[in-house]
Amino acid sequence: MKKYISIIILILVLIGIQLVTQVTETAFYLTQLTMTSYYSLLIIGLCLVMGYAGQISLGHAGFFAIGGYTSAVLTTYNLRPLFEKGHGLIIFLANRGLLVHAENLYGETLLYVNPWLACITAITITVIISFLIGIPVLKLKGHYLAMATLGFGIIIFRIVLATEIFGEADGISDVPSFPLLPGVAVNGDFENRILNYYIACGLLILGILVLQNLINSRVGRALRAIHGSEDAANSMGINTSRYKLYTFVLSAVFAAIAGIFLTHYNGGIGPSEAGVMKSVRYVAIVAIGGMASLWGALIMGVILNFMSLRGLLGSYDDAIFGVILIFIMLFAPEGLLRLHIWQKLKKMITK
Amino acid sequence: MSLLEIKNITKRFGGLQAVDNVSFSVTAKTIKAVIGPNGAGKTTLFNLISGNIPTNGGEVYFNNQPIHGLRPHQIAQHGISRTFQNIKLFPGMSALENVMVGCHPKSKAGFLAGMLRLPSTWKEEKKIRKRALDLLDLLDIAELAQKEATSLAFGQQRAIEFARALASEPSLLLLDEPAAGLNIYETAEVARLITKIQQRGITVLLVEHDMSLVMDISDEIVVLSFGQKIAEDHPAAIQQNKEVIQIYLGEDDA
Repeated sequence: MKKYISIIILILVLIGIQLVTQVTETAFYLTQLTMTSYYSLLIIGLCLVMGYAGQISLGHAGFFAIGGYTSAVLTTYNLRPLFEKGHGLIIFLANRGLLVHAENLYGETLLYVNPWLACITAITITVIISFLIGIPVLKLKGHYLAMATLGFGIIIFRIVLATEIFGEADGISDVPSFPLLPGVAVNGDFENRILNYYIACGLLILGILVLQNLINSRVGRALRAIHGSEDAANSMGINTSRYKLYTFVLSAVFAAIAGIFLTHYNGGIGPSEAGVMKSVRYVAIVAIGGMASLWGALIMGVILNFMSLRGLLGSYDDAIFGVILIFIMLFAPEGLLRLHIWQKLKKMITK
Repeated sequence: MSLLEIKNITKRFGGLQAVDNVSFSVTAKTIKAVIGPNGAGKTTLFNLISGNIPTNGGEVYFNNQPIHGLRPHQIAQHGISRTFQNIKLFPGMSALENVMVGCHPKSKAGFLAGMLRLPSTWKEEKKIRKRALDLLDLLDIAELAQKEATSLAFGQQRAIEFARALASEPSLLLLDEPAAGLNIYETAEVARLITKIQQRGITVLLVEHDMSLVMDISDEIVVLSFGQKIAEDHPAAIQQNKEVIQIYLGEDDA
């Protein structure tokens, strides 16, 4: 039960934040907090790969973009012409109620893929791509792995930037809301702001819960063992390459889910989400949080993403993340939370 | 009945013949030692058996099944467990957790089960914990369970590594220089542990430098020199073997 205390505290803090914004009439903060929660979902997934399995990925913005863009394209691409031509697959989907009708300003009926089907498709595509990328790439170690995943990130960025269906430099807009349950939908509507804050927080808590369980399980132990000594882990009967691959895929799915939900929340997605600097930022945040610390990554993810989204880091945003990364590597390679600043201060005072 | 059978196993590193056409077998429930001077190829031989490095030829049979060419984790799953010369415990994990990792081949909760914390996973976890504690108890280090493994004394780390290797319920235990870096008291303690392990019905193959340890506990000894097997016999016979004495003491003194 002790393990769940921090999760209960997290839930109380998140509810507290919402109540404070309500009382102080600063509910506009909830918009950035919602976005922050989605980014943090990606970050805890990356934390599993970096801190526990001991791998690095500079391509996670790519997985975020794969999720977001797939969902965006499927829910905004008009299938009406194909439907009228009698395309087999489209008719099949329509007959099973997997397509939704909408009407544009001119009164034409349009036909889109149901957001649920789009979401599942996006996750499936992410799983397939991360699997195919992971098999060769995870054979690499250290800088080589970093470079290979960086290359993957750049490829995804260039593809979304240069492909017409992905809206090129403009990205995709008018992504519809994602109805999860009757009356509960992911969208950026003003009246849904509080609801969406709780959807995002709920997803994040679910993510933390699932990962915390995993870390404390047989698989989690195996991952930490791989991080500690791959040779020894192998000799303990752990299929190290398979475990690394599955962890990579799992964290890619976390990134994709973050991308899908944020795209529906924002009503669109642009190529900057796939940018390499985004990936660097995610890695920096995990490092600041202390690599093998899910909670450190979560707290730092929330604080830094929120500051960045509020514009508190100014126009040097990306540069600041670069500087933070350098400082962390130099002075606190185990993360800010493990500096034990309080203990050091106490020591200084007692001296 | 021989549990492990090694046939003409060979390993080259560039121009160096590290292990040259070595064959021998290990009888079930006995202790067999591989000795030899520095650079004789003992550790290489071990790494070949456990699959940590690929062979350049030869065959290894375990329970009459071929295991050469399998990957290390597959060999471990067959029931061969090992320790390392330079103790490779997992840092950042407690002694107990290290031993719990050893239970890996005998448990099965995967990613999904771990994430959802299913009742079956929970039960399995309890069993693993109990087994690990029992093993620490067996090796008389139960009080170290919650200590960070890599922060402990060398001898204690060695004992944890033994417990970790035993956790997978192996039928063959490979010990790579179990007395390396230990003082005479600790070495005597290791000897006691090894006999204790054998009494539990586990076959032991060890590589060792320390003659006193080997002579005391082994049922049979294989002597390697420059990658070749030069003798294989009972300890008493090995002590009388001219060639072995020559290798250890030098030609002129023999």
